[in-house]
This record gives sequence, C-alpha cells and structure tokens, in this order.
Amino acid sequence: MNIQLPRADVAERTLAIVGELKGLEGPLLPILHEIQDEFGYVPDECLPVIARELNLSRAEVYGVVTFYHDFREHPAGRHVLKLCRAEACQSMGGDRLAERAKALLGIDFHETTPDGAVTLEPVYCLGLCSCSPSAMLDGEVHGRVDDTELEALVAEARR
Amino acid sequence: MTVKIYIPRDAAALALGAERVATAMADEIAARGLDATIIRNGSRGMHWLEPLVEVETAEGRIAYGPVKASDVASLLDAGLLSGGAHALCLGKTEEVPFLKRQTRLTFARCGVIDPLSLDDYRAHGGLRGLEKAVAMQPAAIVAEVTESGLRGRGGAGFPTGIKWKTVLDAAGARKYIVCNADEGDSGTFADRMIMEGDPFVLIEGMAIAGIATGATKGFVYTRSEYPHAIAAMEQAIEIARAAGVLGASVLGSAHAFDMEVRTGAGAYVCGEETSLLNSLEGKRGIVRAKPPLPAHKGLFDCPTVINNVISLASVPIILDKGATFYRDFGMGRSRGTIPIQIAGNVKHSGLYETAFGLTLGEIVDEIGGGTASGRPVKAVQVGGPLGAYFPRSLFDTPFDYEAFAAKDGLIGHAGIVVFDDTADMLKQARFAMEFCAVESCGKCTPCRIGSTRGVEVADKIAAGIEPEKNRELLADLCNTMKFGSLCALGGFTPYPVMSAMTHFPEDFSPAPVWEAAE
Repeated sequence: MNIQLPRADVAERTLAIVGELKGLEGPLLPILHEIQDEFGYVPDECLPVIARELNLSRAEVYGVVTFYHDFREHPAGRHVLKLCRAEACQSMGGDRLAERAKALLGIDFHETTPDGAVTLEPVYCLGLCSCSPSAMLDGEVHGRVDDTELEALVAEARR
Repeated sequence: MTVKIYIPRDAAALALGAERVATAMADEIAARGLDATIIRNGSRGMHWLEPLVEVETAEGRIAYGPVKASDVASLLDAGLLSGGAHALCLGKTEEVPFLKRQTRLTFARCGVIDPLSLDDYRAHGGLRGLEKAVAMQPAAIVAEVTESGLRGRGGAGFPTGIKWKTVLDAAGARKYIVCNADEGDSGTFADRMIMEGDPFVLIEGMAIAGIATGATKGFVYTRSEYPHAIAAMEQAIEIARAAGVLGASVLGSAHAFDMEVRTGAGAYVCGEETSLLNSLEGKRGIVRAKPPLPAHKGLFDCPTVINNVISLASVPIILDKGATFYRDFGMGRSRGTIPIQIAGNVKHSGLYETAFGLTLGEIVDEIGGGTASGRPVKAVQVGGPLGAYFPRSLFDTPFDYEAFAAKDGLIGHAGIVVFDDTADMLKQARFAMEFCAVESCGKCTPCRIGSTRGVEVADKIAAGIEPEKNRELLADLCNTMKFGSLCALGGFTPYPVMSAMTHFPEDFSPAPVWEAAE
C-alpha cells in the first residue's frame, strides 16, 4: 500500500481519482479518502492537483487535510494498530493496556516502529463499548482485549 | 428441510470471534454433510453472550452463547440443529430475561432477520410505513410524526415533527435529508447496530422523511471507525435501489428519493450537526453559528432535515402503527422507546430498548447486573463524553430527558458507561477537558482555549498546588465554557467535569496517594 511513487505518477493518479469523483456533491472528503486508500497517506503533491480541479485554493485543501485526524501527511507502517482510549474502554483498563502496547512496541502513540512494521494510534471509540477494551488491527476489530490477546495482536502486526 | 443457523455479523460479535465461529460452523456442516445454512444476522444486543449462535427449530429460535470456534463440534454433537441441550444453551432466545423484558420497536428486527434480505425485511413488517407514506399528503406525515412525540435521539431531544414541518414549509427547489450517523460518543453503539443489523429501516425512515418534506436526496454521514456499518449500508442502498424502494419512483409513486453514504474522517466534532454539514460539503468540520437553522439553510444552503439514525429508524413503525401506538410508551414529555446502551465495566453489557422511565439504578444494577469486575459501582457516565457522572445517590433518577436535565445531566444518545470503585474522578474530569482540547474545531474561544486551560488546572489540583483556589477556577472556567461556547462540545464538557467535582469531592482533594497510584 505505502509504495513511494515518483511525483509524476502521484499527480497522474490524483488526477484520475479527482476525475472519477468530482461529480459528487461535496467531493473533497471522498477524494481524500480515495487518495489515502491509494497511497496510504495524502502526499503533498496531490494538493495542487486537487485544488486546481475543484477550483479551490491550495490553502483550503490543506486546511481540510489537516483538520481531520484520519488523513496522514506521512505513510504509516505496514500495519496500523488502533487502541480505543475513550471512557468505556478506560473503565475496563484501557489505559493500562495502552501502556502495555507502548512497551511491547517500544513506541508512543502516533509513532511507527523503526522497522516500519507497526504504527500505533489512539482512537476515540470503535462503538465496541459493550466489549471493552477494544482495538482495531488493519480494519479488523477485537473486543475484550487482555494482555494475551494484545501480545498476539502485536506479534501478528510485527510479522 | 434446511435448518437455519444464525451467526451475527455485527461488529461487536466479530470483535469477539463470530467470524471464526461462522467459518468453523460452515466447515463442520460440510464435513458432516448436514442440511443447514448459515445466516449472518445483526446482533440481538446481548453482547456479553456474543458470539450468540441461534438455530431455528419448530419451537422457535434457540440460543447458544458465548460460542467459541472450538465449541462448534461439540454443539453439533449435542444436536444443535434440533436445539439440543448443551452447556452453552440459553433456551429460547425470546425467553432470555434480558430480551424478554424489552420493548423492541425500533430494534424489532435487529438480530432477527438477515440484514441484507429485503424479503426478510418485508416479511417482518418492513416497508409498511413507507407504503402508507406514499399515499399520504406530506403535511399528514409530518403531523403523524409530531403527534407521536418523537424527539431527536441524537441527544438534543428536539421534536422531530417540528423540525420536519420547518423544512416542509421552507421554500427551496432542492431539499436534503441528512442522517447523522457520526456516533462518536463513548458508550454508544445503537446507530452502528441498526446500520449493521437492520439497514433497511434507516433507508425506509429517510425515504419517509424525504416524502414528508419534499426532499429528494439523502446522505448518511457516518464514521470511518465503522467499516462494517458502511459496507452494510452501501449494500442495502444498492438493493433498495434495485427493488424500487429508492430512485425516481419510490415504491412506484410519484415521489423521487435517493441516498448515499458518506464517511467522516475521525473528527468527533462532526457529530455536531452544523459541523457535519460543513464536512459533507467538503470543508473543515467547523461549527456554524445558528441561526440560520439547518432547516432553513442547511446542506449547500438548502433546507435540510438533519436527524439521528435512531430518530429516523423509529419513523417507519410510527407510520405503520400510528402516532398513538408509539406515544403510549414513555413518561412525561419523553414518549416512545429509547435504546439504552449499557457499556463499560458492567456484567450484562449490550443494548436494551425500553420505554422511557426506568430508573438509572434499575438499568445499572438489575438489567446490567452490576460491574464486570465484581467491585462496587462508583460512577456512571450517561450520555457520552459530554455527559455527567452520576453517583449511586442519584440512581433513583428516571431515564427521561427532563429528569436528567433536572439533575444537571443529560441522557444524550442514551449510552451508559459504568465505572467501578477504582475509577479516579479527577482523572476522568481531566480526560473530559483533554478530549475537548483534542477535538475542538477551534472556532470559539471558550472551547478552544478553555479546554486546554482546564487540563492545566486539573493537573494543578492533582499536584496539590493551591487546590481550593484551583477548584474554584475550574468551576469558573466550566461556567464560561457552558455559557460561552458555540456548540455542545465546549458547552457540555463542563457536565462531566462539574459532576465529577460535585459528586466525588474526595477525588479532588490533594492526597499524595494519587500521585503514587498514578
């Protein structure tokens, strides 16, 4: 997913994505999601292309990208482990679990392991509050995560 | 006859291993050459029993749970297909007390049907509301909804019918129905369950709203954290479109209505309706000042109905069974049913739909069964991260919009998070401020700056620096945020903070133990 493409290719793919989606009402968020799906992040080189095609200023597009937590300005690791940090998970030991995850991976939230394998991210609610604490590894959900399961998730992500 | 086995596809069930159970079941059925089929239903809402496997027998559906993949072979050995006895057998699903005591109106089909079978949906009473609506005058539909007493289930509790009437009466060549499915509150999952377990009911509700107000286009704005709900909604919309439920001629009538799903990008504040509208338009999710109301100038400046998932999903049954039927449930000015979501440190976690009026204590102690940890309940946060923390002494508060407001709380989207006696309420108050600081859209000063100052003041109290003075400062800051913020994010963050400080003063006194415990 996170393949570093040459600049010209990024611009070309961006143009194709924008062309496909610009007919939607309010197309900017769908376009940014598609770009992040394609490249794994929102490369800088996309912004002028999007701005030109949607008749926006670069600043407006940049402002939208930076407003939303989901859009990355840099590629993530090969796997993304999200831990829920919200109240329901706190009530079931989520804070302790987060500390354990940080220790296992040797990184803090928003960081990627040096081998590029795992990015650790906080998430504020996965809607799994009835089986907290919860986590998401590459889009797969996990509930009632205990130390054993966390270790298994980390091992899986490190592979 | 082919036996039907139900294994949920709801995200909570998946998070507890439902996919592995389904795979193991399919393998065993094939290996044993059994005449059985697996249906991936939504969740019944008994999440402590997930994955909950059900089998259809002549006596009704029999439930087993919580089932692990490794239990599948022994279940089949015990005669699962005919509802055989097994240590995991819970008896008839409908007779499980947690389910039996509920009044399921909005969630009547959730967990019962195949969420993506329109035939199943129809067979269980689906589309009756819409069929009635297409034959009615728009004003009559609005009157029916107003009469039912339905209030916004997103949290604000504004009468749905009045909102619809404003849009119906507003002049505009183009109008929109926007469904707020940006369910970001911790402790809530009702919207997710409906979208995954009965997506057609939301589509039906939105189509009725469209016909009632003259809107022809709808958007479901949901969260990127909900990939399963997004997939289910998108598939259901395709199916509804192919069957003529959506499109140029809704159920063959002269009304046109179509809809699409839009995904947010991890911003909590986009659950605020005006911020959501900006986000849908492709802008930063900055809150708009009101007026103008979205009903007058909403999406792309057009008259817009913006309702929560549960509000819209409650409309079909109101149209089907009539306003009086729905209004007869509930208490005071809170009419109908409310899906209470019981979460956090609680034994019987899940979704419990019931008429308004149960007390908080009944919900937590009797229905929820106390804490999962077995320790005493210390506090209950009701209504998400912007809701107040209630101590045991307020457990006699009835679940009702006005009763909660009278106790300086709110029912919000009806999520309840239970904490045991290990919870540190100063830490929870600090978290509320921190969350507000992270998620503030930045438009108004009390929210943007106040939340950051709030974290600092909480830290000073924790460190024992002039505690009395800083407690006063925190209260003053909360007052400013409550009355000076543009939207509920800054305006309601004081609820968890002030309730924690008022009801649990012992946690706000400087004690060296706190630092050591940290």
